[in-house]
Amino acid sequence: MLSTLQPPRSLSLLPLRRFHCSKTIVSAASSSPATTSDAASVSPPQSQILTTRRSLLSGETTASEIAKSYLSRIRLTEPQLKCFLHVSENALKDAEEIDQRIARGEELGPLAGVIIGVKDNICTEGMPSTAASRILEHYRPPFDATAVKKIKELGGIVVGKTNMDEFGMGSTTEASAFQVTANPWDLTRVPGGSSGGSAAAVAARQCMVSLGSDTGGSVRQPASFCGVVGLKPTYGRVSRFGLMAYASSLDVIGCFGSTVADAGMLLHAISGYDRFDSTSSKQDVPEFESQFLSVDRFESKPLKGVKVGVIRETLEEGVDSGVRSATQEAASHLEALGCVLTEVSLPSFSLGLPAYYVIASSESSSNLSRYDGVRYGNQVMADELNKLYECSRGEGFGGEVKMRILMGTYALSAGYYDAYYKRAQQVRTLIRKDFKAALEQNDILISPAAPSAAYKIGEKKNDPLAMYAGDIMTVNVNLAGLPAIVLPCGLVEGGPSGLPVGLQMIGAVFDEEKLLKVGHIFEQTLKGSSFLPPLLPNVA
Amino acid sequence: MSTALLRTIQPNHFTLLGTALLRRTSRSNISVRCSGSQATTTTTHEAKQPSQSRVAPKNHGSNKLDEILRDYEAVIGIETHVQLSTFTKAFCSCPNNYGSEPNTSICPVCMGLPGALPVLNSKVVEFGVRLGLALNCGLSLSSKFDRKQYFYPDLPKGYQISQFDIPIASGGYVDVDIPLEFGGGHKRFGVTRVHMEEDAGKLLHSDTGDYSQVDLNRAGVPLLEIVSEPDMRSGIEAAEYAAEMQRIVRYLGVSNGNMQEGSLRCDVNVSIRPIGQAEFGTKVEIKNLNAFSAMSRAIDFEIKRQALLYNQGQEDQIVTETRLWEEGAQKSVSMRKKEGLADYRYFPEPDLPEVILTQDYVDSIRATLPELPEAKRRRYEAMGLGMQDVLFLANEASVADYFDAVIGEGAEVKLAANWLMSDIAAYLKNEELSINDVKLTPKELAALIAAIKDGTISGKIGKQILFELLAKGGTVQGMIKAKNLVQITDPAEIEKMVLKVIAENPKQLEQYRNGKTKLQGYFAGEVMKMSKGKANPPLLNKILVEKLNAKD
Ligand SMILES: [Zn+2]
Repeated sequence: MLSTLQPPRSLSLLPLRRFHCSKTIVSAASSSPATTSDAASVSPPQSQILTTRRSLLSGETTASEIAKSYLSRIRLTEPQLKCFLHVSENALKDAEEIDQRIARGEELGPLAGVIIGVKDNICTEGMPSTAASRILEHYRPPFDATAVKKIKELGGIVVGKTNMDEFGMGSTTEASAFQVTANPWDLTRVPGGSSGGSAAAVAARQCMVSLGSDTGGSVRQPASFCGVVGLKPTYGRVSRFGLMAYASSLDVIGCFGSTVADAGMLLHAISGYDRFDSTSSKQDVPEFESQFLSVDRFESKPLKGVKVGVIRETLEEGVDSGVRSATQEAASHLEALGCVLTEVSLPSFSLGLPAYYVIASSESSSNLSRYDGVRYGNQVMADELNKLYECSRGEGFGGEVKMRILMGTYALSAGYYDAYYKRAQQVRTLIRKDFKAALEQNDILISPAAPSAAYKIGEKKNDPLAMYAGDIMTVNVNLAGLPAIVLPCGLVEGGPSGLPVGLQMIGAVFDEEKLLKVGHIFEQTLKGSSFLPPLLPNVA
Repeated sequence: MSTALLRTIQPNHFTLLGTALLRRTSRSNISVRCSGSQATTTTTHEAKQPSQSRVAPKNHGSNKLDEILRDYEAVIGIETHVQLSTFTKAFCSCPNNYGSEPNTSICPVCMGLPGALPVLNSKVVEFGVRLGLALNCGLSLSSKFDRKQYFYPDLPKGYQISQFDIPIASGGYVDVDIPLEFGGGHKRFGVTRVHMEEDAGKLLHSDTGDYSQVDLNRAGVPLLEIVSEPDMRSGIEAAEYAAEMQRIVRYLGVSNGNMQEGSLRCDVNVSIRPIGQAEFGTKVEIKNLNAFSAMSRAIDFEIKRQALLYNQGQEDQIVTETRLWEEGAQKSVSMRKKEGLADYRYFPEPDLPEVILTQDYVDSIRATLPELPEAKRRRYEAMGLGMQDVLFLANEASVADYFDAVIGEGAEVKLAANWLMSDIAAYLKNEELSINDVKLTPKELAALIAAIKDGTISGKIGKQILFELLAKGGTVQGMIKAKNLVQITDPAEIEKMVLKVIAENPKQLEQYRNGKTKLQGYFAGEVMKMSKGKANPPLLNKILVEKLNAKD
């Protein structure tokens, strides 16, 4: 029983209801299979991308109307939430262009009119892209990241740049040089990080979907904290060209949506080989959309025979009891849908966290060398070269970034390389092997997305080790390069109306399709499943 | 350590530019207000046991110095950077062209903009394999790139993409022939490794020294670094090693090998040790060597400097340092002392996949290798040519190809070599042309050589028409006909001219007959003049002597 599940709240004040509440195709109660919950049923969440497409094609609304409603919602909610570092001046113009195309009867891209937030470490041509760092304040890249370019080509509207921990280094978005983003479920709490702005913006319906980046859990943990879907694709699935590198061998661009379908369709849009990123994969990108059946077309046991491994090490001590029970409830729900559950053990699991911090810090110490104040970004006047570097970097980088650069520089230094970097790579090989073995026995693996729900703002600020420990559920997946999805599975106590908790599903390399299928069915059949944050105080 | 400080600042223009593609054509200046000493970019490598070759360093100093030098052996290793002549840079598609306006051949990748990623130009691998094979190296079928990290304004990413522990090629050697004037002999020098990397940009310092600007056109240009074994023992050996590298990269077409443009750069490490000592002495690095002759002199200078310090019991003053050769003053000066080894914090480049070569690929490249200088030299030597000819002909692939074509047309080897080395070489030098620019085809040079040999034309006429053929082309036969240049070999005709000349010079005849026989040359010249150079010289002389000595 999801005993802590709270009745959902609707955001009735805002003109967005039709995107998540209206036009229920089928009542969930009438067709969904039996589940573990008999709580008051609500209609399952609707894909905002599909809803937008339908309403544009039917002429029910226009892209401009949609854009206006989102922009006005951003205006209303931003003072409290601070999800965006920059809101596009062109969003409305982009929407009008789509309306003109509709008027001319032209074909529309699959993302036409979709309002998209983009994490600030992903380059957007002519729009500020700072990675939330002082050192890149006012920097406007001369090119779009490949993922952004694809979104634009398919009709998506980039509504703004979302806040984050500086260069992706952090788990709360408090390490942004510019502002602290609030969690829409409880304004005194963090949205998670580092893609906290992207997660919170989707949760608060400031945009329909958003792009984040995930180096050690930076998409999945904030998705869990904000009650949205976060999808981290296989390493190489999405081009990293235009993503400001934190740790190149771990970084992936990921997707946020309020439904699995939205995250999946956004992933489809940005996936594929890119000749500008030699680590991008030539693996075919399947058409995920066919997985997103409506509930009435599900069989009675729609996940019959799907083998699910519950990772034992993720439910041991150190995990909040509420999180543990929500995960167990989720497992029971999967079982009710026909999945075969087994417990699996990943012996190398606990080694991942230190290995991750060594590798990520090492690579970041190198990747961030280019921010030297010479060619772009923050340059501090100095009368000697080393002083120029020292001052530009000293004033440009925040504390967390400096700490990781120092750690990484140390780990790569002569005499320490073997003990740290090389050893961490050996651990990485071990982790990859353990995951591979577990995924040969199981279709997917599940675990909590984070050991707890959202922290209070400031709670972990002076305790970096406690904050790093919060990444234990997610870092191993990056080390292994695997795809994973996090989707809300329950609420725990906290805040005005409970705090969301996410379930992490981990798949085999390049098998996002299975994750999306299982995730979609799980989401659509979860009773009381509209994870909408409570009304924001000033809006109410 | 340079202490020039830069105080003015120029705004960063880059952020104002349009798209990535526009950058290639837009011009902008990147400014930095400081200058300092360039971080060293050399790779240190373990010195191996030196080979047994012993060539006493040549020097022209005093006898005293000669004596001192006799007690020491120099150990020289060379790091050669070769800029590859690919159309585009190593990791982006910017054109790789030397001498463009500053910052006109740049893009987000080679500028190190946030989010830009390197993509390997496959030509760089191909050229690496070509050079590796030509240097008799073993190839790594699986190699990788690493990041070499240091800060300097000409290094946009704060690291250089290079190869650290697994170079694309290693364990080779190069053969050279030392010119006779330097003692001659055939030498083999070891090649430790060849690896791929990218070049850095260039700092341009203002005249006033107030500020410096960065030109990133060169940033990301592909390089191959060749590290030698410490096998050289004198300035000449080192210069010959470097010259052979230049020949090889030019033969292979992987680089123009131009030292002045910096397409071929040599950093030299020199140490000396008392003869018989196994351990190496302290290694001193010499930079700024813009010509082979400078390299040779700089090394000999360094050997003398170290030998004198040793001799005076001051060997502790030989320290690990980098010295700059000053060509004008013919001496080196200390640029910076190295305090401990620089730590470049190498680690595998995560943005680039491993470089995997298949044996088929390697074999296909091996099949396209040209005949290399060493093979040519041995072939020419076997033809009976002297070493001077051999070295001249094999020095440039185009000359060697031309020579091969001429003898392919049946010309006598020695004669063909003579023509190329003397008159044609002089012509090319005067006109500043390469052999590929001349209009004279190898076939016609062979025809010219044949026409002289069979007596159709005289050697003198041959030389005259050579220059016309070089400049304008045409055929030897055509020119002989058009200008009526066929040699006069009819004795009656020559006799007529001889008699006429004798008749016109009674005074000289009298002197000749009175014993001043040297005047025979004068008469021969007059006859030749009359024949317009066409008289067959042996015949002319034979008839002339006959008539001069005739008692009438
Ligand atoms: Zn470029």
